[in-house]
Amino acid sequence: MSQPTTIANASGMPRTRFGRAYFRYAVEPWLYLSPAVLLICFVMLIPLFIGVSYSVQSINLLRPFDTGYIGLENFAELGDDKRFWTAMVNTFWWTFGSVTLQFLLGLGLAMLLTRPFHGKRIVQALVFLPWAVPTFLIALTWAWLLNPIIGPLPHWWAAMGILGEPYNILSNPETAMWGPIMANVWYGVPFFAITLLAALQSIPGELYEAAEIDGATPWQCFTKITLPFLGPMIAITVMLRAIWVANFADLIYVMTGGGPANSTQILSTYIFTTAFRKLDFGYASAIAVALLAVLFVYAALLLVIRAKLVKT
Amino acid sequence: MATIEMRSVSKKYGNVEVLRDIDLNIADGEFIVLVGPSGCGKSTLLRMVAGLEPITGGDFTIGGKLMNDVPPRDRDIAMVFQSYALYPHMTVGRNMGFSMEIRKTPKRERLGPVAGAAATLGLDKLLDRYPKALSGGQRQRVAMGRAIVRDPKAFLFDEPLSNLDAALRVEMRLEIARLHQRLSTTMIYVTHDQVEAMTLADRIVVLDAGRIQQVGTPLDLYERPANRFVATFIGSPNMNILDATAVEGGMQIGKSPVIAAPKGAVQLGIRPEHLGLAHQGAGDIDVTAQLVERLGSDTNIYTESPDLGSILLRVHGNVDVNAGDAIGLTLTRDKLHFFDTAGNSIARQS
Amino acid sequence: MASAFRPSPVMVTLKYAAILGYVAFALFPLYWLVKIALTPDALIFSDGTALWPSALTFDNFRKVIFQSDFMGYFTNSVIVSLSTAAATTLIAAAAGYAFSRFRFRGKGIVIALMLLTQMFPLLMIIAPIYKIVSSLGMLNSLTSLIVVYTAFNIPFATFLMQSFFDGIPKDLEEAAMIDGCTRPQALRLVILPLTLPGLAATLGFVFTAAWSELLFALMLISKNDAMTFPVGLLTFVSKFSVDWGQMMAAGVLALVPSCLFFFFIQRYLVQGLTSGAVKG
Ligand SMILES: Nc1ncnc2c1ncn2[C@@H]1O[C@H](COP(=O)(O)OP(=O)(O)OP(=O)(O)O)[C@@H](O)[C@H]1O
Ligand SMILES: [Mg+2]
Repeated sequence: MSQPTTIANASGMPRTRFGRAYFRYAVEPWLYLSPAVLLICFVMLIPLFIGVSYSVQSINLLRPFDTGYIGLENFAELGDDKRFWTAMVNTFWWTFGSVTLQFLLGLGLAMLLTRPFHGKRIVQALVFLPWAVPTFLIALTWAWLLNPIIGPLPHWWAAMGILGEPYNILSNPETAMWGPIMANVWYGVPFFAITLLAALQSIPGELYEAAEIDGATPWQCFTKITLPFLGPMIAITVMLRAIWVANFADLIYVMTGGGPANSTQILSTYIFTTAFRKLDFGYASAIAVALLAVLFVYAALLLVIRAKLVKT
Repeated sequence: MATIEMRSVSKKYGNVEVLRDIDLNIADGEFIVLVGPSGCGKSTLLRMVAGLEPITGGDFTIGGKLMNDVPPRDRDIAMVFQSYALYPHMTVGRNMGFSMEIRKTPKRERLGPVAGAAATLGLDKLLDRYPKALSGGQRQRVAMGRAIVRDPKAFLFDEPLSNLDAALRVEMRLEIARLHQRLSTTMIYVTHDQVEAMTLADRIVVLDAGRIQQVGTPLDLYERPANRFVATFIGSPNMNILDATAVEGGMQIGKSPVIAAPKGAVQLGIRPEHLGLAHQGAGDIDVTAQLVERLGSDTNIYTESPDLGSILLRVHGNVDVNAGDAIGLTLTRDKLHFFDTAGNSIARQS
Repeated sequence: MASAFRPSPVMVTLKYAAILGYVAFALFPLYWLVKIALTPDALIFSDGTALWPSALTFDNFRKVIFQSDFMGYFTNSVIVSLSTAAATTLIAAAAGYAFSRFRFRGKGIVIALMLLTQMFPLLMIIAPIYKIVSSLGMLNSLTSLIVVYTAFNIPFATFLMQSFFDGIPKDLEEAAMIDGCTRPQALRLVILPLTLPGLAATLGFVFTAAWSELLFALMLISKNDAMTFPVGLLTFVSKFSVDWGQMMAAGVLALVPSCLFFFFIQRYLVQGLTSGAVKG
């Protein structure tokens, strides 16, 4: 028989550290991850840092000789920029309005779909379909629906007395924000319905049966079982979705471009129009950093609230 | 030649050492059973033998060849998983022949071994089915068949029967015993089941907290446990451990007569089946029966003594003792075990 | 809720009415799109808000397909979306496998970074990306779009693939390796066949996301022959804003691939959305 002990070195550590086993457990996962990590680094993270650095530079493709470090000038300009502050307020209303309506309608839909009924599969497919429609098409479609020349909505609303006469709500600064919000709700209800439906179906049926035996009414079942069970999941979904909606510029950009008179300009569309139309990358990046800061504060608040909730 | 040797083998996950100083020599053709409480490292040890977990210290050889860094496929061992791990997208036949498929054995040459194993296990009619169309017992057989087809240097089993119901478990246990008799290949078998361990093993390895507590034949462990842990772990129902006081010429438990005992013994162990039933006052100690379990062949009597706590007694057949009765217990003197303060066994003076 | 009592007929009626309401809400905008696309130009205004067109025509589609650049845009979009979907799925499958099967130093950091990319405003990097792409001379190239989209979709696709791999017991690979497979063989012969549905679903999710992306495409593409469908459609809308029928016919064309993929990935919507599959 051979003498395998000689293979171990003096310290008693076998040579596995750099052998196959070491490769398998320390190097191999990085091999699988590397394409993903490299792409994310080069296409997202490094540009992210560059983007932040742009915010303290003057970079405007229309004024190529005016490039350079300018410190916090962009941010000082932001402070005086009325459009920026309008956009900030609009971002809040856009996010709050969209997410609230998406959530409530989504919850209703999820509750309707929890119990089996005839034709449920096809109904489910149809009501979830808006999720799959490309966002630019959603924006165009709703813009057309709201256009009195071609769309029915203004006429119907006028007939119902909601509007004095059939006009395009997108061209009135008072009402314009409702247009993108409507489109966004149409698009976002399936998302909430799908996630909530999955959560609802994860509640064990015996719980409801036990509650019924204890004499609970359907309403009590909802408030005493469904809500507490879904609570944490609802909170997380709503919070994350709010961040996503705040960043979501496609609908507004296509439907109104931020107008009329900036009444629908939110921070993300303002970033895009500044970068795309004015080619002022420095200023656009400054707005983006501001948006990031807002989101950061929001996330920090959420964490604090969550910590409080968990404690009590 | 398929001896398996471990020399100071250890295993760490990060800084947590889950196995320490494992020294074990397994002879060719031996049936080794690993037992121990949950989390003691049985599966980890088995998976290290298979090559599924890297060994972080010590030497591990199969047939004299160092295997620490050899990947599973080159170790020539077969393993039966607790979950069976049948490939769901392959038929039973392909599952069983998969190892040969990998080694590029031509299809015709695969048929023989697969058919042979299937015949042994009564799977002949199921070869074209998919695993999801099999019962639990049938799946278990396929998993075994897959191992048999390999004709490996060693078989590894990780709680292979724990997902089966009691009757099937007995049947498969016998099947495994027969298999070992027929093939006489080295087998390492992890189980929680005392009966499986006692009936199948040539030698049992008792693990606790990542260390080998004792290695020995089933009867060795039963009759001469190395320490209190092994004494209470092996044997069902568990051994009674009673605190003793040293006196002139031996020890006393409670108000018992003086019992001859080796020096340093502070505890006495006695198995329930080695206690005798006597009338109150006529035995070594007096107790009160608390609960009586009648199993037909045996009777378990759970008793309570004011100074010794609870003591379990097992008598053969059916006896007329009821809860609340005051009874006496006799200790079979040559079946006593003595433990020192560290919990190690002290040999009886002879 | 799960009531053993027979619900009252009023409740049942209300419930079905509500369901009907949701279906109508979900379908009406799309119906209108299709309706206008099929209405002859001359009738668009006279039909007004009538729910049913008084005559049908495929003229708009014919014009869009044969007399405009839309087929080019469509082809570009198909190329971009399919390439993105294929590349993303491949890369994400590898990464998801690493997450699912290995414990290794740095795993937490990589996961955190991937989650971070899901949180920050993507528009933040639109300017740097433009600069980088233009300095590489890759503006107006579909390749740059594919690379950018692939990176954007990798995080969620990775989490999605991870959830699929997590559903396949680790024992199977280990059994395969004991049976004599190398890891690549175990992957090909055991894991791949079991994860095909997962790969297909991921492909579908990424395709819909890429098909729908607009803002980065607007930024990076300005030449007509490299435009993707959204860019082309938007350009068309701003140029010929009264060609209602044709615009909507083009919209219907944009809808078709999304719908196809939607019905195909429907079963996996829950898994996809909880992994963060959102378009944009
Ligand atoms: N990947 C891991 N990382 C860290 N610790 C681990 C890992 N796998 C197992 N352990 C720890 O190693 C110890 C031994 O685990 P092992 O699975 O071998 O126990 P076991 O004896 O098979 O238990 P059981 O009888 O419950 O199957 C346990 O304490 C477990 O928590
Ligand atoms: Mg185990």
